[in-house]
Amino acid sequence: MALDKSEVEKIAHLARIAINEDKIPEYASSLSSILGLVEQMQSTNTDDIEPMAHPLDATQRLRDDAVTESNQRDAYQKIAPATEDGLYLVPKVID
Amino acid sequence: MHNKTLVELSQQLASGALSSVELTQHFLDRIKLLDPQLNSFISTTDELALAQAKIADELRAAGSAGPLTGIPIAHKDIFCTKGVKTTAGSKMLDNFISPYDATVVEKLNAAGTITLGKTNMDEFAMGSSNETSFYGAVKNPWNTDYVPGGSSGGSAACVAARLAPAATGTDTGGSIRQPASLCGITGLKPTYGSISRWGMIAFASSLDQAGPMTQTAEDAALMMNAMSGFDSKDSTSINKEAPDYTSELNNSLEGLKVGLPKEFFKEGLDSGVQQVIETAIKDIEKLGATVKEISLSTTDLAVPAYYVIAPAEASSNLSRFDGVRYGYRCDNPANLEDLYKRSRGEGFGEEVQRRILIGAYALSAGFYDAYYIKAQKIRRLIKNDFDKAFADVDVIMGPTAPSAGFALGEKADDPISMYLSDIYTIAVNLAGLPAMSVPAGFTAGLPVGLQMIGSHFSEPRLLNIAHQFQQATDWHKKTPDAFTK
Repeated sequence: MALDKSEVEKIAHLARIAINEDKIPEYASSLSSILGLVEQMQSTNTDDIEPMAHPLDATQRLRDDAVTESNQRDAYQKIAPATEDGLYLVPKVID
Repeated sequence: MHNKTLVELSQQLASGALSSVELTQHFLDRIKLLDPQLNSFISTTDELALAQAKIADELRAAGSAGPLTGIPIAHKDIFCTKGVKTTAGSKMLDNFISPYDATVVEKLNAAGTITLGKTNMDEFAMGSSNETSFYGAVKNPWNTDYVPGGSSGGSAACVAARLAPAATGTDTGGSIRQPASLCGITGLKPTYGSISRWGMIAFASSLDQAGPMTQTAEDAALMMNAMSGFDSKDSTSINKEAPDYTSELNNSLEGLKVGLPKEFFKEGLDSGVQQVIETAIKDIEKLGATVKEISLSTTDLAVPAYYVIAPAEASSNLSRFDGVRYGYRCDNPANLEDLYKRSRGEGFGEEVQRRILIGAYALSAGFYDAYYIKAQKIRRLIKNDFDKAFADVDVIMGPTAPSAGFALGEKADDPISMYLSDIYTIAVNLAGLPAMSVPAGFTAGLPVGLQMIGSHFSEPRLLNIAHQFQQATDWHKKTPDAFTK
């Protein structure tokens, strides 16, 4: 499984990662060799095998719908890149 | 003072021969003096440590000290520590001061331990050599031209060099056991769900597990007693009463059935490592165990399946780093998409980006079944393989890593060869099993770890086996001269 430049660009867009143009060949080659390693799975027959998501086959635990946390907005926003009036600031999305 | 185990230090604190303030200052001084050669710490927390030590001494004077009260330790920089920089070895979190403590930190604080600082690690725990850290590589105290292993390389190196009596680590594919092996210390990866993941920066949530990194198995048991237990804040925490991990330490190994997987001893294993492991297993036999060959036929499938599951989970987990709420944000973003893309392009290192990209690819439309579902099916085959083995033997033993280590830079440009250095450890995470690495000897001047794998929740037995082995051998007492004289 070899990835070409346009496929790397597509995945990088899906993952929202900006990659420098000159780095793309290197990524295409290392990602292709990782996919080559992963390809070894295909030689094993897994018909009728149930996929395993959790090592102890546990299911999601539910909790009571009760308030357990207090408001810590100020503490959490102290480490944010940009805030104003309790809101996180990002570049304008809607004109 | 610094060559003593947790248990010995605990006794000295209890007898009044030593105060926690003295002990803490001693380790802080050692870190200042010696760590420039190793780079095992990202930050030290001197003021916090001395304040905690003072409180620990007061608690002891008031008669309310436990076995870990006043014992200084180091935390892997993946555990959130309130008011302290917590980076996960990444530029992305270089400015992140955690607003809260991870459950592991909270529990160890409650047990009275002192935080010396935060240890270096591969970026977001993705690596087997500590070379992917934004803060530079850690060096192996046994030979500073060599890697300490990873991703908990800083924790392993600082315990090996006796810059901290013990440290916390995390293990997603071998990140406690492999560096423990390469640095000559004891490391335990517990059963999945035994220790809370809350406040532990996530890499691959179905595999991530915290554990202790110590000089001895006895010390690891003490740490486990403080670290483990149900936590409602972790959705996969096991709701089951934690055992006393010290309870079986002194049991006899008479009648213990040991399985040696033939797949762990074939081509690819360094002959020096093989010799050390074979000798260690003979020592275990002398303690009353019987040994037989077994087969784990899915061994070669573990690394391929892992490099689908772990990156897939990572690509999802690391989507939270978007330059909006905390962490790195790029300069002058043109629009929201540019903000996301450049913050992530500039904030993440290459190996992290590679794994996010592999994960995004494996989860993308049209490939999900062929990669992700296939890997989850293989995961079940791997677990079935272990279940079958444990119907027949009590513990599986073999090498922790295929070689005693490698030089800095040797594998840095070859991800596949780096990934294969976890060939004996990765399957354990996929199956959620507990496993240890215990110092078992040396080859070419570098330490070698013996890996012991148990069935789910068999930690007290694993610690018993490791402790009895350490009563009969002294490999765990060997220290690198350059750092410990």
